[in-house]
Amino acid sequence: MILVDLDALASCLTSPSCLVTQTTSGLIIGMLLFLVAVGLTLIFGVLKVVNFSHGAFYMFGAYFAMTAYQLTGSFALAILSGAAGTAILGLIFERVFMSRVYGRDVLMQLLVCYAFVLIFDDVVRMIWGPEFKSMGMPAAFQVPPLFIAGGVVPPYYLLLIGVALAAAAVLGLGLARSRIGKVIRAAAHNPGMVSALGINTGLIYGGVFALGGMLAGLAGALAAPVRSLTPGMGFSVLIESFIVTVIGGMGSILGALIGALLIGLIRSFGSLGFPLFTEGLMYLFMVIVLVSRPTGLFGKEVA
Amino acid sequence: MTELQAGQSAQPLEVPRIETRPQRYRDVLIALAAFVLLALLPMVFGSKQLLDFVIRCAAYGLFATSLNLLVGYTGLISFGHGMFFGLGAYGFGLMMQKTGVPIPVAFVATLAMTFVVAVVIGAICVRLKEIYFAFVTLAFQMLIHSTILSWQSLTGGDQGLRGGIPRPPFLGIDLSNHLHLYITSCALLVIGLFLMRQIAQSPFGYTLRMIRDNATRASFIGIDVWRAKLTIFVLAALFAATGGMIMALFVSGAYPEFAYWTISGEGIFINMLGGVTTFLGPMVGTVLLLILNDTVTRLTEYQGIVLGVVILFFAIGLRKGLMDFVVEWFAQRRGEGRG
Repeated sequence: MILVDLDALASCLTSPSCLVTQTTSGLIIGMLLFLVAVGLTLIFGVLKVVNFSHGAFYMFGAYFAMTAYQLTGSFALAILSGAAGTAILGLIFERVFMSRVYGRDVLMQLLVCYAFVLIFDDVVRMIWGPEFKSMGMPAAFQVPPLFIAGGVVPPYYLLLIGVALAAAAVLGLGLARSRIGKVIRAAAHNPGMVSALGINTGLIYGGVFALGGMLAGLAGALAAPVRSLTPGMGFSVLIESFIVTVIGGMGSILGALIGALLIGLIRSFGSLGFPLFTEGLMYLFMVIVLVSRPTGLFGKEVA
Repeated sequence: MTELQAGQSAQPLEVPRIETRPQRYRDVLIALAAFVLLALLPMVFGSKQLLDFVIRCAAYGLFATSLNLLVGYTGLISFGHGMFFGLGAYGFGLMMQKTGVPIPVAFVATLAMTFVVAVVIGAICVRLKEIYFAFVTLAFQMLIHSTILSWQSLTGGDQGLRGGIPRPPFLGIDLSNHLHLYITSCALLVIGLFLMRQIAQSPFGYTLRMIRDNATRASFIGIDVWRAKLTIFVLAALFAATGGMIMALFVSGAYPEFAYWTISGEGIFINMLGGVTTFLGPMVGTVLLLILNDTVTRLTEYQGIVLGVVILFFAIGLRKGLMDFVVEWFAQRRGEGRG
């Protein structure tokens, strides 16, 4: 058993083809994580709760996309239904359940989310069955991979990275510039004052939760062709995206992006150099950040 | 004003010191009585199922009560406390399988190992604010779980520690005998609960309550909050590991599920179910959850949905644990009697 394989890592770092392959695979891990983590961080920034059941939205996004793809055969519709379905789910979840535990102690919020992790996993098991499922690569992307500097890059990866970057840009600009973005930021700072100005804060809360759920669902839908689907698939993503938000700083969108990319690259290159300690590297990195900067790399700003 | 406040906050620290001795006698008596009752149980009801149930209650009860020291007494919501349960089970199992030392030696060595791990993880975690603390402890739990899964040559990966744990007799106690195992588990449970009770009622225990209620004020009157939190984190880990060891002895093995995050989630739920305001609340919660789990497993394969709905009922509907209701009911009755 090899614990550390620095030779493999070094030979990859010096070969352009391997560098390209590993970097792209790191980027898609990072981009998927970013979409989940940014929802988590947004919900925390505005609602001050950590959505412990956020991974379930990722899972539902993937399953919705798979079902829609099998029914219609259209990949665009699959992505759309993954995102829209989880947005509706997020809205219902927030209005009916989470809104009852705002301002109560963290224990209650965690328990409500914990209950839904259990319920959602079983619901998926009920509807889609406990076994591994796969959606399969859509026909439009069943083309030979591109070769960039000798490295293999499937075209689908480019789409995935592009969509995630577009989402990041829309989200960042929307929050910074648009009227709704300003209202959301104001609600994060002082919900009482926003409400006094005649704005329905409940609607904003529900909307932010739906947006967060939608982003996670989008990540799930985008991941469906390249990952196997299983009940409980959301949980490991949740833990990783939480690590991302801890590294980037809770409430910071830029932090989520940087944190997600760092984790993605650590995972893809770490699997070469430390095959048995890849997960451990992630935690190690988190610990280093936490000890040196307890609020995360970009912890000061609030979304 | 400041002097008055300082006086007020110092007061509760003095109270237990006066009451400690008679209370401790009472606790010793209760513990002895509980142990005698449990020990006599096999003579009255010989059913193996019941004894198995009590052994499982001992394992989970120690774990849940130690979690209450963190959640209820200190306000540290650990979502990764189950890692110490898993560490205890694996540490003890491996020690017995690989080295063949006597059981008490393996017991102490496992506690020592847990101590070291808990000090390292605790030192990183206890500084963090509550939601960070909850998730970073959870992250460490997942790290330990994934280490157990990937370190196959040592831990057997997802198959767990197989082949049974050797249980050589020591001091006339033979743990491969079911009755001996039962009595030993009960003894460990009662001793563990007694020790935790002493911690909770000690001046240190009241310091913890103060940290929970107002950490800033606690640090103003000269309490080293970080050290107190770390101390209780490590102590709680030791009791959780003891629970894990009972579990390893009971199933004669260790499985990755013992270190999975759901154990921590169940622990939190047990505390909610029983109530965190009383010392024995988690024990009551343990018995309830195990009964609930056993019933639900028999009725449906979708236990998650049933458990989830029960959790929601408690968290959103009742907003309290069962023991909280009992305590309130007694208080109300006493009040009525006086009035």
